[in-house]
Amino acid sequence: MALSSKTKAVLLGPLNKNNPVIVQVLGICSALAVTSKLEPSIVMAIAVTIVVAFANVIISLLRKSIPNRIRIIVQLVVAAALVTIVSEVLAAFAYDVNKQLSVFVGLIVTNCILMGRLEAFALGNGPWPSFLDGIGNGLGYGAILIVVGFFRELLGSGTLLGYPVIPQGLYDAGYENNGLMMLAPMAILLVACIIWVHRSKNKELQEETN
Amino acid sequence: MNRESSGYTIIYASVMVVIVALGLAFTHQVLSDKQIANENTDKMQQILRSLNLEVTAADTQNKYSELVKNAYLVNDEGKRLEGTEGITPDDPAFSTELGDAQAKGLPVYEAEVDGSTKYIIPMSGTGLWGAIWGYLAIEADGSAIYGSEFGHAGETPGLGAEIVTPHFRNQFQGKNLFRENEFTSVAVVKPGQTNTRRDYVDGISGGTITSKGVDDMLLNSVGRYKNFLMNLRTANQ
Repeated sequence: MALSSKTKAVLLGPLNKNNPVIVQVLGICSALAVTSKLEPSIVMAIAVTIVVAFANVIISLLRKSIPNRIRIIVQLVVAAALVTIVSEVLAAFAYDVNKQLSVFVGLIVTNCILMGRLEAFALGNGPWPSFLDGIGNGLGYGAILIVVGFFRELLGSGTLLGYPVIPQGLYDAGYENNGLMMLAPMAILLVACIIWVHRSKNKELQEETN
Repeated sequence: MNRESSGYTIIYASVMVVIVALGLAFTHQVLSDKQIANENTDKMQQILRSLNLEVTAADTQNKYSELVKNAYLVNDEGKRLEGTEGITPDDPAFSTELGDAQAKGLPVYEAEVDGSTKYIIPMSGTGLWGAIWGYLAIEADGSAIYGSEFGHAGETPGLGAEIVTPHFRNQFQGKNLFRENEFTSVAVVKPGQTNTRRDYVDGISGGTITSKGVDDMLLNSVGRYKNFLMNLRTANQ
């Protein structure tokens, strides 16, 4: 199926020039919290993508009937219900993953990207573009999470997905894991480095300086 | 109908809440059997891990019934309560939580590994962000630790959450809960430090508060079994 250029922009924009984390600077809180290991980063990326996509579809279907004054409440109820269902399903069919993510699944409700997409996109667009927008933003968020999680686990624990990757010989030669990588401030420094690289490649995103 | 009128808004909100409530209640009802089964399997898995056995969820049930011979409640004096024996999830030993104020006694599991009996007791405490818990398998002498298992609700990944790793857990093997007939438990110290009064293991670097939580849990939860363990010691000396 060939996608029109508009649909393509909706789906792929958030992966690059309209990335929710490194361009819009949303969802930073969870990007700091879950990225000290690669595995929770990946599961979180998948969970957020699913929730944003389906919340977008539901709000988009309801958009003509929602009273304007309580629209944020309606969005919140839909998001909270979906997150609860995801967490219930995980508890029944993927118990281990659910245990690992513990509170973070519930905290998807407070993810700024979720509410941001519902408010900015789903309220004004049809269900199909909204679905793609949700997938695109979830993946855009997830990609950053995975990159940050990759470097934090590699440099902080010397493992990837729990498997040791730094050869023992390097430790014998005096190399040590960087414990600082485990702490949240390093996640924000890594995000800043990603933003730096991204902006130097996309000059039009750079802010004017005087 | 006017979308912005108060009547419409109130009806909309009420209908939405009722639908969502019904939907969630239905989801929970449909999935709850499976969730409870998962929780029971998970608990059995934890008990088996305290015996240094890593089994998949599918094998857990069989392995558990093969190794765990008996389970019962004991009172604060360490005496077994009559009529509480049984190892299935419906029996009192399995369903009793340590922190429960209504609990009639303290759960103990008896397992047989390679011909010798191990006593498994649950533990519960607090880490940095929330609850931590665990199981301790103790040799028949009531003092030497055979194996341990720890779990946590939401400790920091890479720091406090490291208490679940074999690297941390295996340190407990062979440590003694008693020193000169006095219950001292096992201390969790900062890596590199020592403790002359008690047996000790290294805590987690950067996970000081969680390590302290494990230390307190070993002292308080296991401490409630002090008399039970003392009875084991006298019986086996």
